[in-house]
Amino acid sequence: MAENGGSGGGHSPLAQFEIKEIVPIEIGGLDLSFTNSSLFMVAAVMLAASFFLLGMRRGALVPGRWQSAVEISYEFVAGLFRDTVGQEGRQYFPVVFTLFMFILIGNLLGMLPYSFTFTSHIIVTFAMAAVVFIGVTILGFAKHGMRFFAFFVPPGAPVAMWPLLIPIEVISYLSRPISLSVRLFANMLAGHTLLKVIAGFIPVLGIVFGVIPLALVVALVGLEILIAFLQAYVFAILTCLYINDALHMH
Amino acid sequence: MPQLDPSFFSTQLVWLFLTLVPLYLILRRAVLPRIGEVLEARQRHIDTDLEKATKLRQEAEAVLADYEKALTEARSRAVEAVKEAGLEMTAASARRHEAFGQELAATAQEAEGRITRAKEEALAHVSTVANEVAAAVAAKLIGAEPAADQVENTVKEVMEGRG
Repeated sequence: MAENGGSGGGHSPLAQFEIKEIVPIEIGGLDLSFTNSSLFMVAAVMLAASFFLLGMRRGALVPGRWQSAVEISYEFVAGLFRDTVGQEGRQYFPVVFTLFMFILIGNLLGMLPYSFTFTSHIIVTFAMAAVVFIGVTILGFAKHGMRFFAFFVPPGAPVAMWPLLIPIEVISYLSRPISLSVRLFANMLAGHTLLKVIAGFIPVLGIVFGVIPLALVVALVGLEILIAFLQAYVFAILTCLYINDALHMH
Repeated sequence: MPQLDPSFFSTQLVWLFLTLVPLYLILRRAVLPRIGEVLEARQRHIDTDLEKATKLRQEAEAVLADYEKALTEARSRAVEAVKEAGLEMTAASARRHEAFGQELAATAQEAEGRITRAKEEALAHVSTVANEVAAAVAAKLIGAEPAADQVENTVKEVMEGRG
């Protein structure tokens, strides 16, 4: 639970990342309990769905504010996708759009005091990155067959360099899901931990000097909202680039 | 760190799947087609409006061209009419001028004839008067009336001698 409001004391800065069961469920020996993390995932989906479905309900020729917001978010991701992938990969756009919206709303929900940030858990970000990685790899082989292995040979490199370059390329390709997931997870973890640590100074310093960390927390909340958006953007654009690589190789 | 506790991995993965897949289906099946439809309809509307505007402008230009053509025609017709009228007026004035000149000339001739006749008459009277005067003067001077034909001859002689 993110106690960003700073109610002081005993909790560790990492306590906000603890997962708490709300409804215990166990199937086949696996713990599938409905937790605070699940709650915020469901909330993110409901928010996203109602934002889009209700915003586009009228589908007016001249959009109102809400519909404009929906269209702007669509145009934003669509423009991003168009610039990096192009028309050819059109059918993969919903995946990118879903990931962007899910991560963005998850990050932003995490900015509410006492809420939970499901994107601050490596298993969640890694699962999404793994889906992207596996999907893109399948796409590359489906599109190019065995020629997709040529992706690991840098174009124009002398053959003598291949034994050195190919392992580097393979390792960099395999590390994609790790960098993709760790980037998002670490940003969320670090930001929320920092907020909690600095907020912890407020009650310690008292009402006079506590103003300094309070001001810092306010500034950091602004920064964190920016990062919440930025990380969703980075995740989406990297997904687009990977799709583009799979479609067009080099 | 709670993130590294594997006992919570299964629930997170399952709930991630249970939320992300419905979100994907909602966005893909309902939201994205709807947005695409609205944007397309808007684009179509704009396109037809632009097309209509282009057509209307072309029509307006055609009307303007027609108007200008009509104006030019009318102007040239007007110039022609003015020219024609001028020519007609010149001709009429010339005709009248000529007619008046002829009338004038006829009048002048007639007047001249009358003058000539009056002069001749006057001259004829002059010889009669001269004869009478000469006869009367001779009768006063000599006391006897000279013969008429003698007087006439003498006067004629004198007048011709002078003339």
